[in-house]
Amino acid sequence: MRFAVLRFPGSNCDQDCLRTLRDNFGAHAEPVWHKETSVAGFDAIIAPGGFSYGDYLRCGAIARYSPVMRAVREEAERGTPVLGICNGFQILCEAGLLPGALVRNRGLHFICRQIHLRLENNSSPFTRAGLIGQVLRVPVAHGEGCYYADNDTLQRLEDKDRIAFRYCDADGNVSPESNPNGSLHNIAGILNEKGNVLGMMPHPERACEERLGSTDGRLVFESLINSAMAAIQ
Amino acid sequence: MKEPAITPEVISKHGITPEEYERIRGILGRDPNFTELGIFSVMWSEHCSYKNSRPELKKFPVTGDRILVKAGEENAGVLDVGHGWAVAFKIESHNHPSAVEPFQGAATGVGGIIRDIFTMGARPVFLMDSLRFGPVEKDAPGAAGNRRLLSGVVSGIAHYGNCIGLPTIGGETWFDETYAGNPLVNVFCLGVLRHDQIARGAAKGIGNPVFYVGAETGRDGLAGAAFASRELTEESKEDRPAVQVGDPFREKLLLEACLELLASGAVAGIQDMGAAGLTCSTCETASRGGSGIDVDLDLVPKRENGMTPYEILLSESQERMLVIVKKGQEDCVRQSFEKWDLPCAEIGKVTGDGIMRIRAGSEVVAEIPASSLTDEAPVYHREAADWTPPEVLDIASVPETDVQAALPLLLAHPTLARKRWIWEQYDHMVRNGSVVGPGSDAAVFLARECGKFLAASVDGNGLVTRLDPREGGRRCVAEAARNLACSGAVPLGATDNLNFGNPHKPEIFRQLRDAVEGMAEACRAFGTPVTGGNVSLYNENPSGPIDPTPVVAMVGLIEDEAHITRQSFREAGDDVWLLGERSAGLDGSQLLLIAHRRKEGRPPQTDLAAEVALQNTLRQAIRAGLIRSAHDCAEGGIAAALAECCLSGDQPVGAEVNLPDDGLRYDESLFHEAPGRIIISSGPENRKKLERHFADNGIPVRFLGATCGKDLSIGLRGKTHRWELDGLFRAWDGALQDLMDTVAEPLAAH
Repeated sequence: MRFAVLRFPGSNCDQDCLRTLRDNFGAHAEPVWHKETSVAGFDAIIAPGGFSYGDYLRCGAIARYSPVMRAVREEAERGTPVLGICNGFQILCEAGLLPGALVRNRGLHFICRQIHLRLENNSSPFTRAGLIGQVLRVPVAHGEGCYYADNDTLQRLEDKDRIAFRYCDADGNVSPESNPNGSLHNIAGILNEKGNVLGMMPHPERACEERLGSTDGRLVFESLINSAMAAIQ
Repeated sequence: MKEPAITPEVISKHGITPEEYERIRGILGRDPNFTELGIFSVMWSEHCSYKNSRPELKKFPVTGDRILVKAGEENAGVLDVGHGWAVAFKIESHNHPSAVEPFQGAATGVGGIIRDIFTMGARPVFLMDSLRFGPVEKDAPGAAGNRRLLSGVVSGIAHYGNCIGLPTIGGETWFDETYAGNPLVNVFCLGVLRHDQIARGAAKGIGNPVFYVGAETGRDGLAGAAFASRELTEESKEDRPAVQVGDPFREKLLLEACLELLASGAVAGIQDMGAAGLTCSTCETASRGGSGIDVDLDLVPKRENGMTPYEILLSESQERMLVIVKKGQEDCVRQSFEKWDLPCAEIGKVTGDGIMRIRAGSEVVAEIPASSLTDEAPVYHREAADWTPPEVLDIASVPETDVQAALPLLLAHPTLARKRWIWEQYDHMVRNGSVVGPGSDAAVFLARECGKFLAASVDGNGLVTRLDPREGGRRCVAEAARNLACSGAVPLGATDNLNFGNPHKPEIFRQLRDAVEGMAEACRAFGTPVTGGNVSLYNENPSGPIDPTPVVAMVGLIEDEAHITRQSFREAGDDVWLLGERSAGLDGSQLLLIAHRRKEGRPPQTDLAAEVALQNTLRQAIRAGLIRSAHDCAEGGIAAALAECCLSGDQPVGAEVNLPDDGLRYDESLFHEAPGRIIISSGPENRKKLERHFADNGIPVRFLGATCGKDLSIGLRGKTHRWELDGLFRAWDGALQDLMDTVAEPLAAH
């Protein structure tokens, strides 16, 4: 199982992703510098969190022009799973690989805390190991994580079962109170049409060890690894 | 270029005394020119030279088995943590800039301390902060302004730390009118490195090229070090240009590029450009290297046209470094910085004549012996006023407090309330090492680079220091060490931030001297050398000096993950105990301050020998697996500590305890603040063993009761006070949130 972890100037969760994949899953994971023009030969690609180019413009607005993003698009079209976490999600939206946008949190503040997610789709390569309705405890850390899209897009996401995760409370209730950032439809993660690109604001790589407070994020990486194994067989 | 003439007025505007000016003439053998006067002015400011505090700082213990780089030797001290690994850490203040421009002032404070750490060759891994503000409660005078400062400072720290990807894993924040208009913003950073990665800030090797790397130089932050060495006045707002603007993205690139470059072996010396910018970095590297340095300002990358040598030298533009490169390896440097899209220019070379020579093209604009700016800066032995210990508080003069109402009142006071509003704005989880995060006695961090569990705590108590400076100094060190002990850690070393008023005033200098002596005494007792720190004087606003506020950050090591201990009660059915001696009085307590608005009394004295024994014995008990939670009793006394034990876990856990009858009033028993006390919980199966363990080691241990239910109940002399945890939680968790949600939006997002 070979993971590519993209590294943009200002990425700061790249090392966390690499270490988590290597230490907790024994996977092969390597960093790929944003100036690379190819990202071929990997079983999955991760766009990690951080502040690419400082996010001084819209989050991800500059990173989408990095040379590597053309290669990521090609791989995505070929069916390689692409996972965007936090800033990675923002970059995938800016790059047009996922619909909609992430705007400033409802409360205007950056928020870092453990939240709960309800798994809404277990047919994607990122969520296959889970059960629909399952509640996961995973942290968020973002200032601009409020998912926004027009009504048609939202309807399409709902109809085509492309919402992977929604913010909920510990019992799985999806409500305004359990929504940390004001995301429409409590959306925390969405899939592309083919189901091989996932963008999510929460950080599954921060929830893979008991000592960090949760192991629920393992589900995402386990699903990816299982999917890759299945593809090989 | 025509420079202003040197007149007595110009000299005095630079904060140079007539005696100092004579000394400059003696060093140069002539009058300085305007540029040179500017250089002396910043290098001889308190901020750079510690001229008023240096004799006091010498009182700190600075040696120890683990010391690899000593205090004062480099940008930050370095301590061995075993297996060839080390930590570099330091705390630094940005009080004055934050007072006039809270967002950028705090942000650049974070940027500066991070640079100090990676300049040492260390990978920065976490931050902590120690903050002080004026009152923020709705009806407090000036509350709106203080809230604006709090909001701006927190956003600024969040902006910089979050963007660069460093978790802020702990800290402390107090609110008191003494800090109105003069907030304290102290930020700590720790980095890890292998012993062989220690980088030096020395200009070595005659003929080695000197490189300027990082952001371009602009007119921002002109002479900020000199600004920081003055009292704040009504006119300080006009000093806003002395505050720099931070760019954490640039610093992230600089950090990665510098660590890559240091790993290449091409670097002979490296120094960040912080306070006093290019001036300080050139003369300090030359002075440390016993060499000279020759640079041409025309070659310095600039953001603006028409900057004078004076402006270029005194600019405090952020995110810049000076790198002394081994001759022949210039290309390696250029490649590294090109990869990271950072400006980089060769601006001069190391010389052998001990002179800092600054050119602007063909013209020499300054020529000063490098060491005269650093080692030979003036040192003042200030006059200290006599001190009479404060009267012990006459408890009869304090109307007995309604204990039932006082606990929620204290827990809802911003100083004691939960600081979630602050730390949720910080990414406190990035780098995946925050095993015990903010809101605990000590934070515990797994540094993945070396697999070490590091504990850290930052503490200070301005109120106690105001009443008794020596005790204030002892107490902050003892508390930091106690917090580490509660987490299961052995303390290794400390870094100090001395926040005081104007040292020219004998009563202020006396506070500084006594507090330092108290801190030094305590550091010796705990075997924790001071590895460096920061002095921030002139913390005064138009209504007077701040309460003296020495702050200490202490770092410890937990050898075995199984020994990591938290402050929160774990589950119902555990025994609850009190360790340590009890004493009497409400002197210097938060109850006296918050409920009775009095800053009075003689604070109970820290018994260092007893404290060391207590902490050692607790650590042994933790290692023996006897302890399920441990929490220091500090502000708000035993009642607040018990409430925190109940409330601070993932799930609240109630407790029913009885306090021993010491013949004290109810409010004294519950809220007095004697140091050296710890609340622990343990499994009932270990009751005998635990009691014997502490008793055998001469540590007072009292059985208080058990964890149970959804209430906290405290009994004394047959009377029981009971609080529902739900209500206490709302008071404690919601207080700051409720106050701050009324504030206008913060200054920047992300």
